[in-house]
Amino acid sequence: MYGGNCCHNNNSHIGGVNLEISRNWRLRNQRYRLVGTECGCGHRSFPPRRICPTCRENPQNPVQFSGTGTVYSYSTLYEAPEGFEQFIPYTVALIDLDEGPMISAQLTDVDPEDVAIGMRVEMVTRKLKEQGESGLIVYGYKFRPIVGCYP
Amino acid sequence: MREVVIAGVGQIAVREHWETSLRDLAYQSIKKAVSDAGTDSVDALYIGNMLAGELSGQEHLGALISDYCGFDGIEAVRIEAAAASGGAALRQGAMSVACGLNDCVVVTGVEQMTDVLQDKVTAGLSLALDTEYELASGISLAALFAILTRRYVHEGCCSPEDLALFCVNAQKNAVGNDYAMFRREITVDTIMRSPMAADPIHVLECPPVCDGSASVVLLPAEKADLEAPVKITGSAVATGTIGVNNRPDPLVFESVRDSTEKALRMAGKTREDVDFYELHDLFPVVAALSLEASGFAKKGEGALMARNGDIALEGKIPITTMGGCKARGNPVGACGIYQAAEAVLQLRQQAGKNQLPCEVGMIQCMGGTAATTITHILEV
Repeated sequence: MYGGNCCHNNNSHIGGVNLEISRNWRLRNQRYRLVGTECGCGHRSFPPRRICPTCRENPQNPVQFSGTGTVYSYSTLYEAPEGFEQFIPYTVALIDLDEGPMISAQLTDVDPEDVAIGMRVEMVTRKLKEQGESGLIVYGYKFRPIVGCYP
Repeated sequence: MREVVIAGVGQIAVREHWETSLRDLAYQSIKKAVSDAGTDSVDALYIGNMLAGELSGQEHLGALISDYCGFDGIEAVRIEAAAASGGAALRQGAMSVACGLNDCVVVTGVEQMTDVLQDKVTAGLSLALDTEYELASGISLAALFAILTRRYVHEGCCSPEDLALFCVNAQKNAVGNDYAMFRREITVDTIMRSPMAADPIHVLECPPVCDGSASVVLLPAEKADLEAPVKITGSAVATGTIGVNNRPDPLVFESVRDSTEKALRMAGKTREDVDFYELHDLFPVVAALSLEASGFAKKGEGALMARNGDIALEGKIPITTMGGCKARGNPVGACGIYQAAEAVLQLRQQAGKNQLPCEVGMIQCMGGTAATTITHILEV
């Protein structure tokens, strides 16, 4: 099945999933600080863009998002792409950031059954995965319920 | 531009073909298509494939497959657009015949997915997403469609059971298709009792991981000696944002809307002219949202067409008439060519128990979360 039962992970390489160190480093401002772009017309984007999708203007200025937002929708995965088995089951979501753009991310520090559409969440830095035999640990953003909003 | 006809089709049954290599899967469907067309000279071969590099460690399929098929020296390339690769290859083939560069073109879709374990397939399919921003967070293709499914139900568009009806319809239609993988009927109850793959999508709402290949032979109409040839009269590609999160409304598949409109305009047809619609039913919500974006249903009412029976063979706009991704199976890059072959059988009145009264068919395949949609109009 497309969700599929994952069996085991005895091969650390799969080209598109394990990102090289340089590639992770290039993403540091997005992974750790949630830096996107803002256009003169007011449109904000995450990930960063070169061309504004609204007015097609260039350039776009960097902007750091506060990391607070609302869950648009979510899914709990019982089968995962190779490399994420250790987190199963985990919940991923589309989140409307308060400043405008929508972002896709994992939720953390919350039980799947407690997640709801409309839940207020905030960005935190967490381990995304451990890559390959060398054990490179990749950190990045996940989102957790804002304290006081947890039911 | 010259008018292009599909002069021959060939399919192999969608299965777990552990005994057959990638090149042999392609060879078998090509042989059938070339034989069906009754042609002996091929000018070019276009191959739709998504995952050979990732799952089989094999790129350069153009040379590999043309060599194996004995098409010595011809133009041969692989075309990739994720799960829309087959449709992309069909369009390349049609364009090369239409513009007069080639006369006889074979378009093949081929995919071999069952050699590797499930987690590799899930990761491979997810390469259609934005690797740095989606896959790096552990987000899979199924996860994103599950997110859309939950939101669609949350907005009151339908019940989860309504969505399961798309699968019921697909598997019912597959009973009459010898090339389909799941040739048995299924009930809503069985689907709803199956485990979750990506909540709220059940395992039995997912298409099977499978192997397959389908091929078509394209000729210019002036050189095709056929009584009632199936013509390709519309062909269009549209793209949307790579991330579903970057759209004004994630529940609107703009690329489906745009490619449908472009293809219909090119063919000089309206939706009312379309007798059946082979959409890309990767998951039930994709079928519902495709019906909406393509204009066959109003926004929020796509799933109602399943509830009302409008999508059945005897309904207003039959979809997945030979089983679709869900039941025929979805050998990813081959899907668009299976759709073409099935549509040709319908239009030639060779669809057996699933035969529709029809003259115009619309086929549509989709890459990623509708980041690419490719639509063709076929008619007799």
